[in-house]
Parts: sequence; C-alpha cells; structure tokens
Amino acid sequence: MTAALRAVAHFDLRAILTDPSIRVVVTCGSGGVGKTTTAAAMALFAAGQGRKVAVLTIDPAKRLAQSLGLGELDNVPRRVVLPDLDDAGPDDRADGRGIDGRVTVSQERKSGELWAMMLDTRLTFDEMVQSNSSAERAAQILENPFYRTISTSFAGTQEYMAMEKLSQLAGTGEYDLIVVDTPPSRSALDFLDAPQRLGSFLDGRMIRLLTSPGRGVMRVLGAGFQLFTKAVTSVVGGQMLADAGRFVQLFENMLGGFRERAQATYDLLRSGGAAFVVVATPEPDALREASYFADRLRADLMPLAGLVLNRTHPPMADLSMAATAEAAGDLAREDPLTLAALAIHGDRLTTRAKEIKMRARFDRAHPDLAVIEVPALPFDAHDLPALRKIGTSLTRGGTAGGVQAGSVGGG
Amino acid sequence: MSVSGSGSGSVSGPTSGSVSGSGSVPDSVAAAEPRTGSGVTGWPRAARRARLHVVTGKGGVGKTTVAAALALALASGGKRVLLAEVEERQGIARLFDVPPLPYQERKIAVAAGGGEVRALAVDIEAALLEYFELFYNLGFAGRTLKRMGAVEFATTLAPGLRDVLLTGKIKETVTRRGSDNLPAYDAVVMDAPPTGRIATFLNVTVAMADLARRGPIRNQADGVINLLHSEDTVVHLVTLLEDMPVSETLEAIAGLKAANLPVGTIIVNAATVSHLDAASLTPAAEQRLDTERLVAGLSMAGIDAKPELVAGLAAETAHHAVRVLAEHDCRVQLAEAGVPMLELPRLVDGADLGGVYELADDLAGQGVGR
Repeated sequence: MTAALRAVAHFDLRAILTDPSIRVVVTCGSGGVGKTTTAAAMALFAAGQGRKVAVLTIDPAKRLAQSLGLGELDNVPRRVVLPDLDDAGPDDRADGRGIDGRVTVSQERKSGELWAMMLDTRLTFDEMVQSNSSAERAAQILENPFYRTISTSFAGTQEYMAMEKLSQLAGTGEYDLIVVDTPPSRSALDFLDAPQRLGSFLDGRMIRLLTSPGRGVMRVLGAGFQLFTKAVTSVVGGQMLADAGRFVQLFENMLGGFRERAQATYDLLRSGGAAFVVVATPEPDALREASYFADRLRADLMPLAGLVLNRTHPPMADLSMAATAEAAGDLAREDPLTLAALAIHGDRLTTRAKEIKMRARFDRAHPDLAVIEVPALPFDAHDLPALRKIGTSLTRGGTAGGVQAGSVGGG
Repeated sequence: MSVSGSGSGSVSGPTSGSVSGSGSVPDSVAAAEPRTGSGVTGWPRAARRARLHVVTGKGGVGKTTVAAALALALASGGKRVLLAEVEERQGIARLFDVPPLPYQERKIAVAAGGGEVRALAVDIEAALLEYFELFYNLGFAGRTLKRMGAVEFATTLAPGLRDVLLTGKIKETVTRRGSDNLPAYDAVVMDAPPTGRIATFLNVTVAMADLARRGPIRNQADGVINLLHSEDTVVHLVTLLEDMPVSETLEAIAGLKAANLPVGTIIVNAATVSHLDAASLTPAAEQRLDTERLVAGLSMAGIDAKPELVAGLAAETAHHAVRVLAEHDCRVQLAEAGVPMLELPRLVDGADLGGVYELADDLAGQGVGR
C-alpha cells in the first residue's frame, strides 16, 4: 500500500510533529478521552520545536480554553502567549533530529508560535456562504429561516465546517502546522463523506419532489407519493417546506464550489502532508470507538499515524500483587499509613492489569497500529505546564503490537 | 521528596517508627472525608414518586451504565421497569452483552426480589414510519421513500421533529396500561441525550415551532409537554468528579430549571474511594508523606524497603491524594446546585455487567427503589 500506511510501524509523534512536510494533524476519538487536550499538547510541543502552529478546537473545557486565551465568540486563531517557552527543559527542546537521525528542523533555533481557535460552526458557514456568492444572494441565504436550521443543527454541519475551517487556515499558508480536533462522535469522520452528505441534501432532489410535484420519480410512485407529501407537510408544516425550497434554489449555484473545496481538503488529508491520531482511554467503549475510527480511516486510505492511549496507570513501584497482598495481611491494622499505601498500590496494579488486558485485545485486532501510552495525571490538564508534560509523554516514542504493554506491570 | 536521608526531612514524633501496640488506630483506613460536601444526599421524595426517570450526562461519564443500574435498583422487589435508549447507539445491548435491540421491548434482566427490566432502543426511522403508517397507510411508497432517505430528510428539515418523536415514544410507554388497567411499567428509565443537549431535547415546546399546527405529531407533542412538566418525571444528571463534566452538569441544571423541567438528583459516578484518612490527605498530596513510617511499616511486613520502592509507593500515594482532594473540590462545586446527590464508587475491575449489579445494590443502599 502507500508509504503513509506503512509508516505506522513505529509511532514517532516527535518526528511527525517536527517534520516540515507534515502540515496537518487530525485527532479523533469518542467523547471524554482527552482529545482536545491531546491536540493542544501536540500543538504546544510543535511550537516548542520552533514551528508556527495553529490548533483548531471544537469544544474545549473552559479552563483549557482560558489557558489558551480563547474568547467566547472567536472564529479566528489567536496567538497564545507562551511565557515559559524559553524555560522549557532539555526534554522539550528540538535536537533537530527525528528518530532515524534525519534532520527535521533547522538546527538554528527560532522561536515557535502557538495560535489557537475554537470553531464557531454558524459563523464558519456564514463566511463560506459570503465568500462563495454575490453579496445580494448571500444576504438572501442568510435571511432564509431554513438556513438557521441547517447552519446549526443539521447532522454533520459541525464536522463539515471543521474541515472548511481547516481548508481556510491551510489556504492562508501562514502556519507550518495545523492541529485539528474533531467533534466527539462517531460521526466525526462523516466529513470524509460530508461533501456527498451535505450535497445529497442540498442538491434538493427531495425538496424539488415535495415542492414541485408532477415530475420524475413522483410519476412512478403516484398516489403513494402524494400521501407522503401530505404526511411530511402535516408534520413539518407547509411554510417550512417552502422556505427549504427557496433556500435550495438560492444555494444551488454554490454547490459546485463547495464540492471542489471539500474535495481539495479531502485530498490534502489523504496526502503525505497529513497525519491522523486516534485517541482513546483504556475503557471498552472508548477502544471500540477507536477501532471504528482506525478501520474507517484505513478504508479511506487516510494516513493513520497511530493510537494515543490516554490516562493509563502504569505502576510506579515494583511490588507484585501477591507481595502487596501478603504485606497488607501481615500488617493487619497496625500501620494505617503503610496499609493505605499498599491498598493504593494494589488498586493501581488491578487497574493496570485490566488496562493491559484491554490493550492486548485491541492489539490483536490492530496488530500493525502503533500505540503511545500517556499516563494519567491526578488532576485535569488545563494549563500550559500540564500540556507540556503530556506533550513530553506523547513524544517519548511508542511501540507497535503491544511490546510496551507486556513489559509493564508488577502483577 | 527525600527518602534516602532518613529522618532529615520528615516529621518525627509519636507517629513515626513502630506503631505496634497502638490502640488509637482508626477502625478503618478508608474514606474519612465527607462524601458530598455540604450538599443534600439520598433519593428525594420527588424521585420516589416519579415514573419517568430521565438520565443524562456528558459523554464518557458512564450514563448508560448508571441508567441500567438505576433501572435494576428500581425493579427490585418485583417491579416492572423499562430501560429505553434514544440515541441509536445500542449502548444497552452492549452493556448487557446481547444482540442489538430491535424496535421492540425485550426482557433483559431480572432484578433482586423478582423484578424485571425490559429494554427498548427507540429507532427514529421506525418511530416516524410508525406514525405515517398509522395515519396515512403509505404501504409501498413508505418503504421506497425510506430507502431514498425521506426520514432523514424530514428530520433534517425540522430537527425538533426528532426529539418530539423520541419523547413521544417514551411518553407512550409511561402512560400505557395493561389489560388490568394498571400501568404497564412501574417506572421507565430513559438513557437520554448528553447534558449539552438535554434541555433542548426535553423542551418540546420549542421544538413544536418547527411543526405543523395540526396533525397527529402535534397532538403527541402536547401530551409529551404535560408529562415532562408533571410530578411523574424527574431528570438525573450523571457526572464524574472532573472539571468538565461538573461544569456541564451545573450548566445543564440551570438550563433544565430555566425550562421548568424537574431536576431529580446528581449521580456522581466512579468516585475514587479514599484509602487515606482525612488528616493524611493534604500531607500526602503535597509529597510530605511520612516516609519513615512507610519504611518501618514495609520492613515490619518483611519487605525490603529499598529507596526506589518507597519513593514509588509515596508517589502513587501522592497521586491518589491529589485525586481525592480534587474530587472533593468538585463535590463542593456540585453541592452548590442544591440538588440531592447520590454517589457510586469507581469500580477498580471495570464497569462490566457484574459491575452494573454492584452499582444497582449501591443505589438501593442509598434509598433508590424504596
């Protein structure tokens, strides 16, 4: 297959994030797995390596948004002040070399920049309409009551607009790297076929059927279709249908342009200049979604870099489960502090054993998908130092096929 | 933290060194901090009276697991409970490890004391076609239009329609009566959309703006509004003790209250059970753990207390203490909402089907089903 697909043999995020030919990194995964945090941590790391990076977030936690300096209604990237960039430890510094010793960043140290933005779906849609049609027509579209509905609540609009924004940002040529977060649902990858999805609705076959009966398929369906029209009208009301019909007429001329742009974004993502990172936590649901994402990306021949397994619990002390239990038994209730420490350690070993089992299962299903584990922090990561720490874990280098998982754990 | 320089940094005194023979050791080393800040705990009267329990929560907090546990707890003592999902995720089938649920009520579990839980996955397409069939007898045309994506089309045109159909189906199960004229179900637990969407989802009044002024679905919507604003309904919010779920929970509560929808309880899921007593939490979190005591304790248990081992255990203990304290802050924040709180522990072994029964017992112990 393609070079991009073979590249998963090792998952070297440091190399990916510092490779000047990689211009876009996309994170995907289910809700609550730390996708946005991972995206921000990767962006911060790349900025620390001297690149000019934009991170496009969908719905960041408030405190994370604050630390990235994201205002409420911003739909353009804002520069994030990085006061401690120069204080970063040697671990965070560019050595200018990837894992294979290839020079990836200029040895000459230049200061990177981090820019961040939060997607506003409605505004992005507005901008797209305005830049693709005459002022007069754009105004008519924006005023249409039906536009309100489709620009905010049509399933897939958010995904589609995330990609539209990505294509806008990439088009400016201002950033060395754009890190894109995706909406926290399985439909996040709908953008892969969003041009078709959005198109099939907006090209208005259905609406024309309903608003101008007497032609096409309608003749075949005959009386049954009239009943259906009546049913739909009785449910959504005639006014809604009329607004939708007018909207589709106004919108029709723009469709060609949309499809082209969507296609260009799709091609960019599929090119060697992009990398997809799937994020999951070691929980059955999150891993199932990760499997889905991995399969879907491969089916579309998208460059899947690997899986970030977030919030794992590797033991920090080398004491087996048996020895821990025995010691706790010996102590009985005589020493609450040591007992507590042993109980905490025992829980961690149990949790870790479960994680290893789940990871082994995942590895069997995806033997060639490389995995990087990021140990859980005891608190929510929402400031730059915490993001930097995660960035360090992310760029330590991962393994394929569960080598790492098997070697950790004292159970 | 220093573990090699014995005694130099750590606090010495009566607690360090041997503790053998001490009579003042607490009976249990577990959970000494208050469970729910200053808030109200337990299963409130409104929830006891309600028949429709709407369960929401941010993605990833264990909403489906908690909804299932709640259904089991409510079914104990011979009750009949329906557990319904509305997001077409087949989360219930996955949790109970059965094939995907059809658009049909199926017995899925037996509760303590002979009760029974049935499950239903509400399918939007089936629900809409059910209406169309009922009122318009579409036959062949209905099937063809389904293939053409007509249902997606109709719900795209009027997003509120989706919510009206889903809540309408739930309402039907709550108000249904058997041949004995008693309610078909003692309670219905709905695994509802996430917190970000719950107020919109339940606020059918707004969704109706999208709909025609007359017709079957409109009548349905009127009935739903009555049910959701009656004493028969309560909304429960599942959360983790983490920043983002907590702030989303508080926002959702405000949204529900603004829409005059009845908030029942906050159900904290996966709370860390503290292994440290209250007095040790802060020192442990600040890495001021009495490592000498740890060394002595380990040695007493016959373990070679090597510096790396002691440092590792101390680090794990610090992690744990930081987590417990952070969770406590979250509890305090949640308590400000003034909503009764229930709490479920993090299952170290994972939330599988066995875990659901464990959580159900835990809920029953906090008053659910009584």
